[in-house]
Amino acid sequence: MDLEFSPEDIAFRNEVRAFIEANYPPHLKGRVLREDLSKEDFLAWHQILGKKGWSAPAWPKEYGGTGWTATQRYIWLEENARAETIPPLPFGVSMVGPVIYTFGTPAQKERFLPGILKGEVWWAQGYSEPGAGSDLASLKTKAVREGDFYIVNGQKTWTTLGQYADWGFFLVRTDPNAKPQEGISFLLIDMKSPGVSVRPIKLLDGGYEVNDVFLQDVKVPVDQRIYEENKGWTCAKFLLAHERAGIAGVARSKRNVERLKSIARSEIGDEGKPLIEDEDFQRKLAELEIDLSALEMTELRVLAREHAGKGPGPESSLLKIKGTEIQQRLTELTLEAVGNYAQPYVRDLPGGNEFAIGPDYARAAAPVYFNWRKASIYGGSNEIQRNIIAKMVLGL
Amino acid sequence: MNFDYTDEQNALRDSLSKWATQQYDFDKRKAALADENAWKKNWATFAELGLLAAPLPEAFGGLGGGPIDVAVVAEEFGKALVVEPYVPTVVLGGGALAYAGSAAQKDQHLNAIASGERVIAFAQAEPKSRWSLNDVSTTAKKDGAGYVLNGQKSVVLGGPQADHLLVSARTAGGQRDAKGISLFLVPTNAKGVTRRDYPTMDDTRASEVYFENVSVGADALIGAADGALPIIERIIDEANTAYCHEAVGCMRMMTSSTQEYAKQRKQFGRAIAEFQVIQHRLVDMFMATEESVSMALRATIKLSESDAERAKAVAGAKVAIGKQGRFVGQNAVQVHGGMGVTDEMRVGHYFKRVTMIDSTFGNVDYHLKRYIALEQKAAA
Repeated sequence: MDLEFSPEDIAFRNEVRAFIEANYPPHLKGRVLREDLSKEDFLAWHQILGKKGWSAPAWPKEYGGTGWTATQRYIWLEENARAETIPPLPFGVSMVGPVIYTFGTPAQKERFLPGILKGEVWWAQGYSEPGAGSDLASLKTKAVREGDFYIVNGQKTWTTLGQYADWGFFLVRTDPNAKPQEGISFLLIDMKSPGVSVRPIKLLDGGYEVNDVFLQDVKVPVDQRIYEENKGWTCAKFLLAHERAGIAGVARSKRNVERLKSIARSEIGDEGKPLIEDEDFQRKLAELEIDLSALEMTELRVLAREHAGKGPGPESSLLKIKGTEIQQRLTELTLEAVGNYAQPYVRDLPGGNEFAIGPDYARAAAPVYFNWRKASIYGGSNEIQRNIIAKMVLGL
Repeated sequence: MNFDYTDEQNALRDSLSKWATQQYDFDKRKAALADENAWKKNWATFAELGLLAAPLPEAFGGLGGGPIDVAVVAEEFGKALVVEPYVPTVVLGGGALAYAGSAAQKDQHLNAIASGERVIAFAQAEPKSRWSLNDVSTTAKKDGAGYVLNGQKSVVLGGPQADHLLVSARTAGGQRDAKGISLFLVPTNAKGVTRRDYPTMDDTRASEVYFENVSVGADALIGAADGALPIIERIIDEANTAYCHEAVGCMRMMTSSTQEYAKQRKQFGRAIAEFQVIQHRLVDMFMATEESVSMALRATIKLSESDAERAKAVAGAKVAIGKQGRFVGQNAVQVHGGMGVTDEMRVGHYFKRVTMIDSTFGNVDYHLKRYIALEQKAAA
């Protein structure tokens, strides 16, 4: 047992670093997710990686994965975080893609996987409903079979970036009389279908990143159902476990710790010395780093098991809870670091302003803090994750 | 010992609460935020209701009340998420004038504050000062009988609405010296004053203010030259106490609305309020709110004691309410689930307000350090 990189790993890291350096779109350097990115901005890096064959490292090689070892995938994420790339969105690559290659028919795989790999099709998630959040299985959107089609009616909500989506994957009720988990099917729906409408929801930070999706008599061909009718819950659970595993965001949090340190070097603390030398701040930062190390090591252990053939299981709930708590603490500490410059609310980008309001790094501190309260709610709230661990891991 | 409010204070709360319910509900507030002049109508109402006059001395148009009157107003403002610059004008501006102003200055400005004709913002913080009150780089150089001001002030709350700025400036000494700081009252339209106005995260308005060779007369100086720091500390303590009450108003609303939501929101076939993990969370929120009420009141009562006692009580309240406000805010959002993160529900706005109050005039860490320093000073 050791944590050393092999010479091959180091060579791989150098290759990856050089590739990012040479190929990451110059106009996106330094842009962060928080800022208002266009659809093209979101997809640019994904599409470059698609051409290279690196857009879905976690996928099995036969479906377009890279065949990298767990260590290589770790290095990949580290290097992307280091360069602050805008990563491929999770909805296609990490969510619906694995469902399709695991449960789909050969025709479905052929039809949908290439668009995901290439970053040509933007996917959105249709899971939660106004009355079905943590209790996802109580969902009411219904699909009624009529010949070779389903007629879908209902409302989904919290659909992240659904305003840009080309396609969506939806959980719908196909058997109203079965037990909640047993009457659900997994449908792929073209967002341009008649009867689909999307309403962006304004969030606390002033941005629009989630949506209500309304489905009114939407005709969906039966061949867009993944897996068997009424067995959609199997796909749903599989997808959620994958979603949770990626949700820990360790590499990005490590990068954000560095970002925070650089802010703390610029900020003057309460006693006229740099904030980074302030003992209260140092202590909080150190505790955060230690907790992040624990999370990283735990994630590596989970990844190693996963690589040994066991898919992400209920342990991924641990990663989700700890990962999101750390992300939130990071945003909280960043908010503290910028002092009263947390207060101005300025949405327009720098450059055009004659007067800057505070340092550049302060601008996003409060919006990001407020925005990231979502992290302990989405992907199954952290309360639900604790229930999962209690039941599935501890057997309580 | 007596924790009762006077009849006048109860009447003040009732009339304010009635006004807020009728004229400042969520939708009306939202509409008003989109209109840069809408605050003027509300301001006139504040004058009519006596809110602006409440704590000011009777000799100069005030009602002769005190910090408890301010506390009553601030808590109601917290509940209604009032964004008008009450604390900057009445507590900071009015306070500086009442404690340090000459009779002529009081006569000129306090009457105008009470009647709603004067709006003041405190241009105190600077880009690199963080929350240190003694860290002042803006200069005021003696020029004949008057002074010339140069420098930049940051996050001046109420700047866009103000007609006068209360400005801390250095008349002597080095950047962080306690001595050598003076206060000036400068019209916002004085030559050489420029502003960049912006909204804040919690829907109030603020400015970056730039002073470039701004000439003021000797009558702009409030109090003694070089000796303003104790006055600044006092009015900021009073402002922080008012903000603590405002935060308490927000916390009360967050705890009650979260309880209501948890009773109504059904998941897994029952109200989420039936789950023990939610019940305990609601109980913790309730306790945090009650303790915050206590700390805010304690600070208010101790405002009239010695400088050291006052400062410690206010620092303690800021620490407690900063922490408890964060706890209540984060959990109010969490229990509301996705709805809590939207702009469409009040709960998130209260959360934003308590968060911004924490970063106004010193956050938890700042006041914890201050508390420790005061404690050490007292022991020495």
